[in-house]
Amino acid sequence: MKEIINLPVKDLEQEEYIVNMGPQHPSTHGVLRLVLSLQGEIVQSLKPHCGYIHRGIEKMFEKDTYPQVIHLTDRMDYLSAHINNHAVCLLVEKALEIEVPERVKYIRTIMDELTRIQSHQLWWSSFGMDLGGLTCFFYGLRDREMILDIWEETTGSRFLQSYNCPGGVMQDIHPNFQKKVHAFIKTFKKKIRDYDRILSGNVIFENRSQGVGVLSKEDAISYGVTGPSGRGSGWSCDVRKMEPYSMYSKVHFNEVLRYECDTYARYMVRMQEMHESMNIIEQLIDNIPAGDCSAKMKAVIKLPAGEYFQRVESARGELGMYVISDGNKTPYRMKVRTPSFSNLSALDHMSRGMKIADLVAIGASLDLVIPDIDR
Amino acid sequence: MTFNIYDFTSFNRWIDESLNSIMSPTWALITEMAIIGIVFLLFYAVVGLFLVYAERKVCAFMQNRVGPNRVGPYGIFQTIADFIKLLMKELVYIKDSDKLLFNLAPYIIIIASFMALSAIPFAKGLHAIDFDIGILYVIAVSSLGVVGILLAGWSSNNKYSLIGAMRSGAQIVSYELSVGLSLLTIIVLAGTMQFSEIVEMQRNGWFIFKGHIPAIIAFIVFLIASTAETNRGPFDLAEAESELTAGFHTEYSGIKFAFFFLAEYMNMFLVASIAATVFWGGWMPFHVSGWAGFNTIMDYIPPLVWYFGKTAFIIWLMMLFKWTFPRLRIDQLLTLEWKYLLPINLVNILFMAFLVLMHWHF
Amino acid sequence: MDNETLKARILELVPDAQQEENKQFLTLLVPSAKLHDLALKLKNSPELAFDFLFCLSGVDYVKQIAVVYHLSSTQHKHALVIKVKTDDRVNPNFDTVSDIWRTAEFHERETYDMFGVRFNNHPDLRRIFLDEDWKGYPLRKDYVDEVNIVEF
Repeated sequence: MKEIINLPVKDLEQEEYIVNMGPQHPSTHGVLRLVLSLQGEIVQSLKPHCGYIHRGIEKMFEKDTYPQVIHLTDRMDYLSAHINNHAVCLLVEKALEIEVPERVKYIRTIMDELTRIQSHQLWWSSFGMDLGGLTCFFYGLRDREMILDIWEETTGSRFLQSYNCPGGVMQDIHPNFQKKVHAFIKTFKKKIRDYDRILSGNVIFENRSQGVGVLSKEDAISYGVTGPSGRGSGWSCDVRKMEPYSMYSKVHFNEVLRYECDTYARYMVRMQEMHESMNIIEQLIDNIPAGDCSAKMKAVIKLPAGEYFQRVESARGELGMYVISDGNKTPYRMKVRTPSFSNLSALDHMSRGMKIADLVAIGASLDLVIPDIDR
Repeated sequence: MTFNIYDFTSFNRWIDESLNSIMSPTWALITEMAIIGIVFLLFYAVVGLFLVYAERKVCAFMQNRVGPNRVGPYGIFQTIADFIKLLMKELVYIKDSDKLLFNLAPYIIIIASFMALSAIPFAKGLHAIDFDIGILYVIAVSSLGVVGILLAGWSSNNKYSLIGAMRSGAQIVSYELSVGLSLLTIIVLAGTMQFSEIVEMQRNGWFIFKGHIPAIIAFIVFLIASTAETNRGPFDLAEAESELTAGFHTEYSGIKFAFFFLAEYMNMFLVASIAATVFWGGWMPFHVSGWAGFNTIMDYIPPLVWYFGKTAFIIWLMMLFKWTFPRLRIDQLLTLEWKYLLPINLVNILFMAFLVLMHWHF
Repeated sequence: MDNETLKARILELVPDAQQEENKQFLTLLVPSAKLHDLALKLKNSPELAFDFLFCLSGVDYVKQIAVVYHLSSTQHKHALVIKVKTDDRVNPNFDTVSDIWRTAEFHERETYDMFGVRFNNHPDLRRIFLDEDWKGYPLRKDYVDEVNIVEF
């Protein structure tokens, strides 16, 4: 105490105030440690410390066969579990040059879009909660339960389904599937108007998110911020449009772009994407062709030697799977390019000069899932 | 002894006379003060218990849930269970914290709201202190609470608490201005600061109807400013769980945390009582001047019911605010006060003064 | 720009680049000394305009350690893979490209963490996932760890 009193005033003002938003924090959404350097309320710089949930998945890939790899990819970005699996299956099928039945493509695309909707629902719930509107958490999760019930009936599991397998899907969809998806879409179209009324149009919310956390388009491309966060900066980076896979080349949907580059833009992109996803599902759900739910695959899958890369659009951004195979039944090297890892690198740049309260809003608008960063 | 539920003055006089006949006047006075103190403490505890339960039920209603429904019928003993749990928790002592200030902080907040509550009339005669500068006393004393918050943040030896306490201090000191000015508007209309007279003057109509436009504006400003004063609702930046864990009371555990918790709810009750008394008539039933029959019917409902009903309605409104809106950032909060509420208040006072001069009120 | 023209353009810039076999992307192995200059030209030249580095991986070929850069252009929509390899397994190092593509900052830290590859002039080269005092580089093929890796 005495030393502080004796310091000249100039030194006291220039002292950096380091605050730790530690691994256990209600709004970092997982185990992420942010070391902030503050001056008063303003963030001067931010250093993220990752690795609290690093499980060495890439090392484990080298010992697992390709069907086993699918279970590991589930656990990386657990909110887009289905899409992660889809990427591995597409990669294996492309390498072995196997054509999957049409029915499989329809089912996979519908499941992908349901995944995207439920991921955005959870994102909306936690975004509202972080900003202080605690009621949003309950509304979003209540509606998400409908999707989880649909999944439980068809795949047996609410979460981390491992439903895709190389060649197709593990089992056929339940007879109630189409009916329940129709019911869900009908209910959710009404509920999403409530979401807009609670948060999107609220003046407090607009003040907290407009002009906050600006990321220009050049910075977004340079930092590799893909997905809804990149599209909020006006960068057209939707893999479903650039390199269509499964049924995406045959359905009509808009790529949602906004040009304001702030938190509000990223928020509105995700809200609109939920509408687009429902659109895609409506185009597909009634026309699922009859057929097998899986192509014939050998018992042991060995990819020919060479390098393969598959990009898909997960709920957070562009997910890339890079496999170097030497002809064995396990990959020689399998690297996953996860969207949250690159999105996190832009957090420091976006939050300089912002206040702590804004940092929470920016982190929530980037929609980080920490196991996706750490693998 | 006549126990009249509509008028407690005779009851008070009976107690006073019996005590004076038993003991000397000084001792009688001290006994009376002790009785009032104990009654208030009990009232404080019971109302606090009830408010915590009410908040949880209102919050559950907003969030499409049920709320507490296990402990006792409809969960009414939930708060008692919570307090017993808090009593049994370990009191964590922080190294290098200022022990005296750390322990003193919760008491200061409680004492401040206690003192303010004693000036509010609950019914005719049920009034602990009837100052002739009642409103000024209440505003002055309730602003002592900010000292407790600052002490709590400082003495915790924790950066998060300090940030939270500083934010809260800035917020409370700014919004006190708006609270004072909006009450001043009504003083202009009433012409007096004494609470019992303010309530009496609303015998033929509540001030919010008498003063129409400026009174309504003053009420809305008072509601916003007092929600900010008590660190509630969209202004709860000081204890924002999603940012700074728990703000200025992060380091408090067990019974001390219970005190902070209780003090927040009692502050809310205090502020709602002031609003109910000054704008909505306090314990005065709803009278319309000229409708004698209607007025007698209204008079049948006891004043205590009127008082608690109005206070409960305003508390319910404040609870709805908290669970609907996202939080304001500190600079937006201060902008709201200094750039919007304060000018509106000042213009409103002029407007009200003009109204009173021209006798354009009811 | 199709692959043939791309290959011709890059061979102009770096004559001793070798093509590797890959059905999907044009893959070129360049000498590590020429990496940074090539990267600058790939990004800044208007007809190439590779502004999006979408994957940076380290690979341990048993005798060599390599770093693979997957690049694509948001304007021209073409893609390219650049590889650099080194025989030095004790202290492999390459130039950083984090001043060209900001996303490389984190990816290069990860490659350092997992493979031990040092990147010259990197602003903040330290381990990203593992503890500061971790010994060894886990994704190398000769990494042995009795405590954390269970062999079946």
